[in-house]
Amino acid sequence: MELHAQTLTDLQAGLERGDFSSVEITQALLDRIAKFDTDLNAFITVTSERALAAAKRADEVRSSGDNGVLCGLPIVHKDIFCTRDVTTTCGSRMLENFVSPYDATVVERFADAGAVVLGKTNMDEFAMGSSNETSFFGPVKNPWNLECSPGGSSGGSATAVAARLAPAATGTDTGGSIRQPAALTNTIGIKPTYGRVSRYGMIAFASSLDQAGVITRSAADAALLLGVMAGFDSRDSTSIDHPVPDYVAGLNGSLDGLRVGIVRQHFDEGLDAACADAVRESLGVLEAQGATLSEVDLPNLDYCVPTYYVVAPAECSSNLSRFDGVRFGHRAADPKDLLDLYCRSRGEGFGAEVKRRIMTGTYVLSAGYYDAYYLKAQKVRQLICQDFKRAFADVDVIAGPTTPTPAFKLGDKTDDPITMYLNDIYTIGANLAGLPAMSVPCGIIDGLPIGLHMVGPHWAEETLLCTAHQFARQTDWHMRSPEAYR
Amino acid sequence: MSAAKNNGTRGNGRWEVVIGLEVHTQLATQSKIFSGASTAYGAAPNTQACLVDLGYPGVLPVLNEQVVRMATKFGLAVNATVARRSIFARKNYFYPDLPKGYQISQYELPIVEHGELLIEDQSGNDKRIGITRAHLEEDAGKSIHEGLDRSSGIDLNRAGTPLLEIVSEPDLRSAKEAVAYMRKIHSIVRYLDISDGNMQEGSFRCDANVSVRLRGQEELGTRTELKNLNSFRFVEKAINFEIERQIEVLEDGGEVTQETRLYDSDKDETRSMRSKEEANDYRYFPDPDLLPIEIDEAFIDAVRNTLPELPDAKRQRFVSDYGVKAEDAGILTASRSLADYFEASSKFSDVKPQLVANWIIGDLSAALNKAGLDIRESRIAPEQLGGLLNRVVDNTISGKIAKEVFDAMWMGEGSADDIIESRGLKQITDTSAIEVVIDKVIEANPRQVADYKSGKDKLIGYFVGQVMKETMGKANPAVVNEILKQKLSE
Repeated sequence: MELHAQTLTDLQAGLERGDFSSVEITQALLDRIAKFDTDLNAFITVTSERALAAAKRADEVRSSGDNGVLCGLPIVHKDIFCTRDVTTTCGSRMLENFVSPYDATVVERFADAGAVVLGKTNMDEFAMGSSNETSFFGPVKNPWNLECSPGGSSGGSATAVAARLAPAATGTDTGGSIRQPAALTNTIGIKPTYGRVSRYGMIAFASSLDQAGVITRSAADAALLLGVMAGFDSRDSTSIDHPVPDYVAGLNGSLDGLRVGIVRQHFDEGLDAACADAVRESLGVLEAQGATLSEVDLPNLDYCVPTYYVVAPAECSSNLSRFDGVRFGHRAADPKDLLDLYCRSRGEGFGAEVKRRIMTGTYVLSAGYYDAYYLKAQKVRQLICQDFKRAFADVDVIAGPTTPTPAFKLGDKTDDPITMYLNDIYTIGANLAGLPAMSVPCGIIDGLPIGLHMVGPHWAEETLLCTAHQFARQTDWHMRSPEAYR
Repeated sequence: MSAAKNNGTRGNGRWEVVIGLEVHTQLATQSKIFSGASTAYGAAPNTQACLVDLGYPGVLPVLNEQVVRMATKFGLAVNATVARRSIFARKNYFYPDLPKGYQISQYELPIVEHGELLIEDQSGNDKRIGITRAHLEEDAGKSIHEGLDRSSGIDLNRAGTPLLEIVSEPDLRSAKEAVAYMRKIHSIVRYLDISDGNMQEGSFRCDANVSVRLRGQEELGTRTELKNLNSFRFVEKAINFEIERQIEVLEDGGEVTQETRLYDSDKDETRSMRSKEEANDYRYFPDPDLLPIEIDEAFIDAVRNTLPELPDAKRQRFVSDYGVKAEDAGILTASRSLADYFEASSKFSDVKPQLVANWIIGDLSAALNKAGLDIRESRIAPEQLGGLLNRVVDNTISGKIAKEVFDAMWMGEGSADDIIESRGLKQITDTSAIEVVIDKVIEANPRQVADYKSGKDKLIGYFVGQVMKETMGKANPAVVNEILKQKLSE
């Protein structure tokens, strides 16, 4: 199999056998990026020289036998993770030329494990968006259909993996930003439990919802990478000191007796009929492996999207205040006074969606509106958490569709933020409740892929990865690739 | 603003003053409240600000546990409730010296609530002042406008320095009470060793909420907030100015505007900074980057065990155990180091503690003030002072000579005994030697002797003076007095 078509696990084995070198893999992928990314626009920065140098070092280290678990394996980082020496733009004009003086914990852990970073991927501006169209660096194309969106906000990561420009990518997920693009590009995406992966160095959108994860082409690769990323970090007060299991070893469990919950409302109006059929069929695959299906009730499900669109903008309005043109980032030319410096630096630096959310967030936190919006949303959030807790007393996993439809056309929803927001209707609950969740390829409808969404209780990443792995052994959806990028 | 000062005739007595203070105390930690950067004062601009203090993208705050301990200490010292669970909130506003665009503070659920302390009111009685709350927060940086041509500089060394903001109830009724309260807080935080209380460096400063109302009126008047008062003297002057200003406005039939005012110490006046309408909506909400502070009984007990004896208890003990006058006990216990000095000096001497107190409050304090030194930097150690007073009481030297010895000790000439010895200051108590001098003085002043005998009793002082002069001050004044009286009545 050609190098670009191999999974991380394949490449790892090949490197160990000496079938090829890290430099060869890296060069092959850089060549593909050069060939295809002009069309796809998955990358904001490609770090060819650094990658080749790192690959060369990895090959040397490997021959000495003292190598990390990801030694010489290529990955790409969403451009939301701070990297020393290479720009970290967060998809925004505000940070177009920003070079972080430090590495994010996630970046550091991958570097320590020996991974080779090929570049940094495109994303919705400050991770606010579900189509990758809010990026200052232009929209990312879906390799399954270049007229379609790959989803967002981790659209660059998803497209890079789907188009075989990289075997794996990091992403972040605040309301579905890993899982939705994974579903729309036929890749695997996992968002771990809140607190599982350090947020240090990950530019904050909504602190209580943001969580880093990965997009890959196999559950085994996701397990491999999660094992590297996960774990306590004293620099992040919300990171939790909980043991990190061997996720790879956990893949071979059995689905016999796995209790899978299905939420009736997921199949109500709003879900594309073909999607519904594909998801039902997938549930049948789980059942055939010994899983039992039962209905669970999430009574406050309808409130997930409205709750999210109060909490997330509120936090973002405050998190993004630091971009004021004073210390870093875009600064307006010749400000006439302080107010002018603020207004123009932010006015010029931020795009429309970011401004919309800052305004929404500022509004819901304002005196006189706080109780009706922010406080109310926090209370509903508690109810949503309780709903999940109750449901997980009876089931191990809740499964359903990742998105209501396959990928939509670029430009289709840009004028209607509400329809765009509803694209995350199935994924947002996991963020509000801090639960681990995953999207796995489960069907192709008119040439466009869709995903099966699975949510587990806190710390159930092992169960999710195992289920995904066993599901993939019975199906070949995850093996499918867009024709032009095989 | 001179009109505000001709107040005496305008019936101030009708008005009751209501004051509440917000005292900002910098906590004496090594590192900042949410980062590992140093809090030391006076470094070159922006050399003590790490990425967290600079509010860089992606960085996160991590709470310094020391501040929780310190706030708990304060809470226990003022008999307050220490919250078992308190939370940090973001106070959002834009300012160049506020790197993140929000200040991490506490809003709902502060760490300390419902405390109290005692101050002395004008008539010398104890008065209870309520403490509404004390909460933890980070300080902002500093904007620098001077010496920069058409631009401003930002120094973020102070950004992230831990503060405890202590908010009083509106229980204070005069500028004097406000100062007494502020001094008490100052004294407590220094006793607890949680702040250096250095006002020049801004580690201890306050805002005052001031309003007036007609006596007997239940409802509070409209208040103004006076910002950034960084000395006891300014607190008093600013509040007094503001009281007069408000009374003037009201007596002229006007209304006080709710606003923030800045005190200008050069002009001794307050002036409007921003009105209520211009006030920021801070959009407080719980900081999602920080977990709630959770404190258990064991922690509180452990902190309680570290509490030192506090000023009020110490003052009472100084009165009851040492027999020191209440007022002097108050002065001595205002600072823990002064109180320690008093106790140490008393231990080293066999004299009445009140005498020790007099010397400390009198000569020693004067010498320290003159040299601009703190009691901890005193050039005279407690054992030296005790030794000196022992020699006064056992009549080796007179009180007057003692001052000479004190000055010599201050100059570093050693112990009282060494100085008395080397300078030959030992008091003459030998009556025969004194009698010789007295006889000489009587003989030399026949006119004064005659006047004395004819009833001018006060001349006794003149004779004592002459004798002391002859003996270079070394004669025991009591002995001189006695012999003189005896001889003059012969």
